Amino acid sequence: MKILYKIFIASAFLTLVACDTDFDDKVTDAGFYDSGTADVSAFVAVGNSLTAGYADAALYKSGQEYSFPNILASRFEFAGGGTFTQPLMADNYGGLLFQGQKIAQNRMVLGFDAEGNPAPTELDAVPTTEVTDHLSGPFHNMGVPGAKSFHLVAPGYGNVAGVPAGLANPYYPRFASSANASVIEDAMTVDASFFSLWIGNNDILGYATSGGVGVDQAGNIDPTTYGGNDITDPNVFGAVYSQLLEGLTANGAKGVVTNIPDVTTIPYFTTVPYNAVPLDEATAAMVNANFEGYNDQILPLMVAQGVIDAEEATLRKVNFTAGQNAPIIADKDLTDLTDILLNLGIVDPATAHLVGQLRQAKAEDLLLLPSSSVIGTLADPSNPMSIMGVAVPLPDELVLTKKEQARVHNAMVSYNSTIQALAGQHDLAFVDANALLTQLAEGGLPYDAGMLTSEYVTGGAFSLDGVHPTARGYAFIANEMVRVINAKYSANLPVVNIGEYPTITPHNNPSLN
Amino acid sequence: MGHTGVGVIDNAEGAFFNPSSLVHLKNRLEIAAGVSVVYSKIQWQNQGTGQSERTHNAPSTPLYIYSNYHINDQFSVGLSVFTPYGSVVEYTTDWPGSHLVNKIDLSAFYIQPHVAYRINEKLSVAAGPIIAIGSVEFNRNLSRTMTDIDGNRSNVTIDASGVVKLGWHLSATYVPMEGLTVGATYRSEMIMDPTDGDAKFRNLPNSPITNFKDTKISAELPLPAELLVGVAYEFDKWTLAFDYNHAFWDVYKSLDIYFEDESIPDSKNPRNYKNSSSYRFGAQYQLNEKIALRAGYYFDQTPVQSGYFAPETPRGDSHNFTIGGGYNFSSNFRVDVAFMYIHFKEINESYDHYSEAGIVEGGAKVPFGGDWKTSGLVPSIGLTYRM
Repeated sequence: MKILYKIFIASAFLTLVACDTDFDDKVTDAGFYDSGTADVSAFVAVGNSLTAGYADAALYKSGQEYSFPNILASRFEFAGGGTFTQPLMADNYGGLLFQGQKIAQNRMVLGFDAEGNPAPTELDAVPTTEVTDHLSGPFHNMGVPGAKSFHLVAPGYGNVAGVPAGLANPYYPRFASSANASVIEDAMTVDASFFSLWIGNNDILGYATSGGVGVDQAGNIDPTTYGGNDITDPNVFGAVYSQLLEGLTANGAKGVVTNIPDVTTIPYFTTVPYNAVPLDEATAAMVNANFEGYNDQILPLMVAQGVIDAEEATLRKVNFTAGQNAPIIADKDLTDLTDILLNLGIVDPATAHLVGQLRQAKAEDLLLLPSSSVIGTLADPSNPMSIMGVAVPLPDELVLTKKEQARVHNAMVSYNSTIQALAGQHDLAFVDANALLTQLAEGGLPYDAGMLTSEYVTGGAFSLDGVHPTARGYAFIANEMVRVINAKYSANLPVVNIGEYPTITPHNNPSLN
Repeated sequence: MGHTGVGVIDNAEGAFFNPSSLVHLKNRLEIAAGVSVVYSKIQWQNQGTGQSERTHNAPSTPLYIYSNYHINDQFSVGLSVFTPYGSVVEYTTDWPGSHLVNKIDLSAFYIQPHVAYRINEKLSVAAGPIIAIGSVEFNRNLSRTMTDIDGNRSNVTIDASGVVKLGWHLSATYVPMEGLTVGATYRSEMIMDPTDGDAKFRNLPNSPITNFKDTKISAELPLPAELLVGVAYEFDKWTLAFDYNHAFWDVYKSLDIYFEDESIPDSKNPRNYKNSSSYRFGAQYQLNEKIALRAGYYFDQTPVQSGYFAPETPRGDSHNFTIGGGYNFSSNFRVDVAFMYIHFKEINESYDHYSEAGIVEGGAKVPFGGDWKTSGLVPSIGLTYRM
């Protein structure tokens, strides 16, 4: 009897042990998370470098692993999501080889000089990703770095034969299904139940990051006549965007779309202040003396002759003071005085060319990130007077003037109203990246280690190219997508902790001993 | 018996609970030896991010050897060796809490000689030194995100072994009447202070801001003082015991690691333990001459305070259940078996005192938390020889 009693106690004990060793609610249980009315079993992401996971001026393997679509796919896995394949680069260095020749730079890393100052540089390594090595798809990440809106519907955009002449994209040939395929066709072969679309950035960014050297093609609806740095006509954008959504939703798929940020919120444009030139009193006076003729004789003469109005003359006056100064720039939107002055013969040809479209930068102008390594250097190493920004104007491609910004802004506003309208029409989840990046630039976005800001290098959101996000920035975007998907489709998908995602890679070329 | 024993006069195991009780042992020589196998499982999950983790802890095997030699009616002497602390906690490398710990292997064992003296019929005392020998091996990632150029997480391994520290113990036993025993034991605090440990850094970025060379480390790890008080009552075939333990854990404020290489900032890891108590109840029923049956329960309070729940010791309060028995092969030999189940309640807790270094984070404190569920199973076996 006692023995039976003891056996009973022992078995009760072991039962207690067996039943008690798990969480009451396990995150790994089916049904803990769900995708609501959306079906996330097959997911395709369509877009440009932002979709591909490009960062630090290159596409590299770990960057792709941190792309927002890959992060999103990891969330979808909790609710029936399938495998998510990406056309991975061969290494973590980033450069591209075309038949052995390097055609794209390696990723940037943060070096430190001997004084401990940060100095972003290109990683010194031999890239191993060969464009002509073809990868078999289909791929779920159809983000093609460099793609503008109309490129996504263009057959042959990934034709390897077109790469040397710049007639095809250098990344797409690696994973295009055929020479004549288009990105949207390849995306549609995935037959996705859910998609993301983020396109339109390069339609203005090409113009903006080249300092407005291109043409605003508003009014020209033939994209085959566009140059690489031109702004796409908003109607062209609208038609293409509509076509893309028609294709992606043809099988009833749901999705998330994102709009275009304002270029004035990204560090590529906001890091170098407009008045980046320090001068002492003596040097300022000396430089002003050189421009006395321009200010007091040439400009008034041009006004008197009706070549320019008084307003333009005021805008063009050059005046340096002790302290921080705006550099002199060449502004394409100013009246070109070069030929008039040459014909008049009142100045030598060198001066005529110098002052042709000359003015100083103003507070509303944006100096591009690369200008920081040009301002103050010598245009001609043998001429100690040829200081860039003081004696020699900064070239057009290093400055995005107020007027150039306005063209970019108008196009962006147009594109965004199209995106929002079509998102509504197709009942898609929508992320307002424009609002997010504005908030990022104006104070930051909070997370568990403080504030994510758009400060170059230290802000945590932007990578070393000043344009593309860091892995942490991409994780933030992925979280925003999860939030709008949860809201739109009554889903319950988990977010990620963005603090667990890297930002900047410190690395010095060459190796330390 | 619920790990009670301070008031129990039974065998050489008294060397652990209360050496002064050993004068009451009748035999000239008693040696007891045994081993336990600790199977523990730790589970963590974060409901916001869907992350989850289970540990793959190697079972640890605390052992003991207790001995007591009865010189005469007044004096007994003996030597004991046992492992009061020891565990391996191993998470999946690079798990979400890897900036706090990937793996930690802690062990301490005590060599404890004793001299016990019987003052009179009712009262006896004992004292002796404790020689504590400890070692620790500990690996964590340097931050939540730092990697080399290929994406491998930068990490550090701290290794200190053969650290020796001296302490002492004091105990007393009082038998107010037949069958009732009251006892108390005190073990002193021992602060293990390795000065010659090693730190090895791996997968560092090739950068002057992370140029950490492998170096020596020193640290301080306290083994707290403990006070044990107990009472046992024997009647018929029964023995009932109650113990109260108090561990003076508030000595453990912070785990600080000092690197010999000046260029590496010292690592300060707040722990802020509090003193903790445990309450133990045990019962034994002597079925017959050969067989004894045992059962017990104890409540173990955690020294960990809220907000300081570090993954290397994810323990809240626990309820512990034991069953077991003993079998006398002969008047010389006895074998004891026991089985203990350690139950921790599911708890949602965090460690809020980690500072993330880095050019972006700049030393900001970032919490690490989630749901925790720990459990343990400890079978044990022991042999007693008496002469």
